[in-house]
Amino acid sequence: MKRKTRDTEISARKIGRRALVLGAAQLGIVGALGYRMQTLQIDQADQFRLLADENRINIRLIPPARGQIFDLNGQPLATNEQNYRVVMVREDAGDVGEVLERLTKLVPLDPENLARAMEEMQRRSPFVPVTIADRLTWYDVARVNVNSPALPGITAEVGLSRVYPWGADLGHVVGYVGPVSDYDLSRIDDQDPLLQIPKFQIGKTGTENKLERRLRGSAGTKRIEVNAIGRVMRELDRQEGNSGADVQLTIDARLQSYVQARLDNESAGAVVLDLENGDLRAVASAPTFDPNMFVRGISVADWRDLNENKYRPLAAKAVQGTYPPGSTFKMVTALAALEDGKVTPEETIRCTGWVEVFGTRFHCWKRAGHGNMNLHESLKQSCDCYYYEISQRVGIDKISAMARKLGLGVKHDLPLSAVASGLAPDKEWKRTVHEQDWRVGDTVNASIGQGYVLSSPLQLAIMAGRLATGRSIKPRLVRAVDGYEKPSGAGESIGLNENYLRRIRNAMGDVSNHSRGTAYRSRINASAMKMAGKTGTSQVRRITAEERARGVTRNEDLPWERRDHALFVSFAPVENPRFAVAVVVEHGGGGSTAAAPIARDIMLQALYDGEPPLDAYPSGARGRIAEQQRKIRERVPPGSRGKDRA
Amino acid sequence: MSYLEYNTKYVPSGFRKLVYLNWPVIMLITAVACAGFIMLYSIAGGSADPWMSAQIKRFGVGMVLMIGVAMVPIWFWRNISAVAFGVSLLLLIGVEFFGSVGMGAQRWIDLGFMRLQPSEMTKITLIMVLAAYYDWLPTDKTSRPLWVICPILIILLPTALVLRQPDLGTALLLLTGGATVMFLAGVHWAYFASVLAAGVGAIVAVFQGRGTSWQLLKDYQYRRIDTFLDPANDPLGAGYHITQAKIALGSGGWTGRGFMQGTQSRLNFLPEKHTDFIFTTLAEEFGFVGAFALLMLYVLIIFFCVASALTNKDRFGALLTLGVAMAFFLFFAVNMAMVTGLAPVVGVPLPLVSYGGSAMLVLLIAFGLVQSAHVHKAR
Repeated sequence: MKRKTRDTEISARKIGRRALVLGAAQLGIVGALGYRMQTLQIDQADQFRLLADENRINIRLIPPARGQIFDLNGQPLATNEQNYRVVMVREDAGDVGEVLERLTKLVPLDPENLARAMEEMQRRSPFVPVTIADRLTWYDVARVNVNSPALPGITAEVGLSRVYPWGADLGHVVGYVGPVSDYDLSRIDDQDPLLQIPKFQIGKTGTENKLERRLRGSAGTKRIEVNAIGRVMRELDRQEGNSGADVQLTIDARLQSYVQARLDNESAGAVVLDLENGDLRAVASAPTFDPNMFVRGISVADWRDLNENKYRPLAAKAVQGTYPPGSTFKMVTALAALEDGKVTPEETIRCTGWVEVFGTRFHCWKRAGHGNMNLHESLKQSCDCYYYEISQRVGIDKISAMARKLGLGVKHDLPLSAVASGLAPDKEWKRTVHEQDWRVGDTVNASIGQGYVLSSPLQLAIMAGRLATGRSIKPRLVRAVDGYEKPSGAGESIGLNENYLRRIRNAMGDVSNHSRGTAYRSRINASAMKMAGKTGTSQVRRITAEERARGVTRNEDLPWERRDHALFVSFAPVENPRFAVAVVVEHGGGGSTAAAPIARDIMLQALYDGEPPLDAYPSGARGRIAEQQRKIRERVPPGSRGKDRA
Repeated sequence: MSYLEYNTKYVPSGFRKLVYLNWPVIMLITAVACAGFIMLYSIAGGSADPWMSAQIKRFGVGMVLMIGVAMVPIWFWRNISAVAFGVSLLLLIGVEFFGSVGMGAQRWIDLGFMRLQPSEMTKITLIMVLAAYYDWLPTDKTSRPLWVICPILIILLPTALVLRQPDLGTALLLLTGGATVMFLAGVHWAYFASVLAAGVGAIVAVFQGRGTSWQLLKDYQYRRIDTFLDPANDPLGAGYHITQAKIALGSGGWTGRGFMQGTQSRLNFLPEKHTDFIFTTLAEEFGFVGAFALLMLYVLIIFFCVASALTNKDRFGALLTLGVAMAFFLFFAVNMAMVTGLAPVVGVPLPLVSYGGSAMLVLLIAFGLVQSAHVHKAR
């Protein structure tokens, strides 16, 4: 078929017209595309550039080294130890099972951890290093490194982990660190990005916790470029952080260790206070716990043991435990009455063995009574009736004020987990808390440190220190942070009549140095080191009239929880006091038998700055003391317990 | 029909044909392909492998094929149009049974030395057969209903088969490409208006049918549409591609981050960065200037093709040239619209630039046909 020319031309013209229509549409679309490019690439370029950088740049924190804690003599109490671990990168390992089998022959692998690591490896990207074994010895790491050609994907890494070289000796004081938890984050108002690092270690208890901000340091940062699946491509730059500040405590670790050893097998608290500057040389609570256990990750069994132990090893009894001070409170009552002029040191009050106050009989510990008692004798022999009488004269409010002046019933500011404020009760307190009026019987009870009065060993030591020096000594636990010394706790004059104070001190001196004193058996023999003290035995149960009639049950015949607390407060040397020591033995029985010997031993240890010579002890006790010293020496040498793992 | 049926003054023959090739188009195609090579080199992190060297080889083969096709007289191609279309239809049916599954769709037959994608081939043969149909059909019958239904069936048959694979992108390209040829051939406006109305109805049906037993698209296709409509509501899931592509594009700015400095592609934030999303890498590294320059190269290719068609008195040659140019336009326009977030992600590669064998070969063969029409047009 031959096509006509005209036909072709018409069709060509038609095609041309339609092509132009399409071309115009195409130009419109091209224009739209060009406009879109302009919008994205020019108008919004900055915004998208930012998004691109957000995509690729990650900021990683470099955790700073935690500050160390030292004792007075520079002994490390909390330090950072290099912690060797073995990590595995799945994609580099090839046959994971094969490599792990070879690794098992070289280093000890905990099957439980291994299973967890395997699970983590499967869950995470193949290039993420997963820890296979932690806390390896240097020898293990060396074995891994030597065999590295046979262990693809396995590398040994070094990290820092917290170590407490003195272990349990300072568990309550230094505390421990642990991984930051959601609970921690909800509790503390701290914007520090370090806390967002998984498993970042923060102080959980003790000074580790209270000085957390200073010990932690500040984070360094590094900017790294990552790809779409999070693999690190390169480090763009880094800014180093500052390691945490070192802290020096006033604790003398050697003395602390001795005190802990001496308190062994008791449920007790003891405090040694340096009277020159208020430094706490030892703050011991028994039983105690090893903080290293928590850092490593405490086992369920160990945790249950600590929690269910009826002697409460986790409680820092020295500062946290509060006990009726018993007879150790008598100095407070006496001073209140003296200062108020309600009694003179020479006035004698007759003790018949009991006093009746509004129909209630209050008994002296000595059934037969002490006879005529003046201030000196009443303290020395710890006569109760004397204080029943003078307390009624002076009234509870003045007694409480005196107690607070001497450091009882006051919360002392120390960087420890729980510092108890104790209780120096007064009328106002009873009205507020118990909604009852104060009764004279309450005053009588309080006069001998029973009833509502509560105090901690720390407070008792401070009281002894203030009595000994006449200055309002403040306890100091942190000597220096980052090399800057904290102000001394020596304190100003307490503003009490020096004559009265001297009489109290003399009486306290006779408590342990006069043959009729209650702590005579726990005296110090060395003439320059004579100790002054006061015993206390505080009841935790009520003695009924019926029981009193048939004879008070002896402590030894009671279950442990119902026995009396044994207390002793002391300072030495009498003439020029250097240390105050307070000891409370929970349910220990009598203060003179259970607490005073401990306090005396601690005092001697502090005075001699080490093991005292045997002739500082009364001659009759030397044989027993020598045996006791030998036993304590045979304990694992202090300061090495944290290191024996390597 | 023979060569003598044409009212010609002069048609080149022998090696003189080489002189009469549409050289501007060849240069532009080469320029665009080179842009592709550069990008493939950059995406591989500064390495010819694995993509650039393979792409250059294919381009070389494609150019030889193009010249070869161009040397063959256009009337030969017209005469085999129907056969070629028939073969590609058979192959499309063949992939239903022997096709390999890739990216969740049946798309190719493995021939051993190459993977044949019949859907790619159909893109040309459909245009060829429609151009030949309208060349054969007397112009006064063009708009008669019976003669309109015929090409519609020709278009719908392969479209339906491609949609079954399922390959929504190619199906839409076939549909639009075929409709364009019909439009150019002079089919009455009213048909297009009614089809447009029907199309809107179909879109409504597609959305209404979602979640029912007669739902028309696959779930992943619905998700792509959702994502397109609002990429922000799922930035790490389905919207990830579009979001990351826009970030790459936008962070390029005026002049780009520099050759091989594109962080989005180098760090793998971009999906399918060497195929469908290659334009984003180019835009990231060479900025608005580079992206716009590439767009202009494409526009120039279209321009020279249209210019060639408008001076071609041969109805088949003109329709074929315009049809190929329109299909080519649809390729790059849809791809660019897709990566700039103007259209849903339908999986259309950037012509001549994206890494991919059969798309490149098919496109160059199509340009061979355009060249043949150009060389053999009456002067």
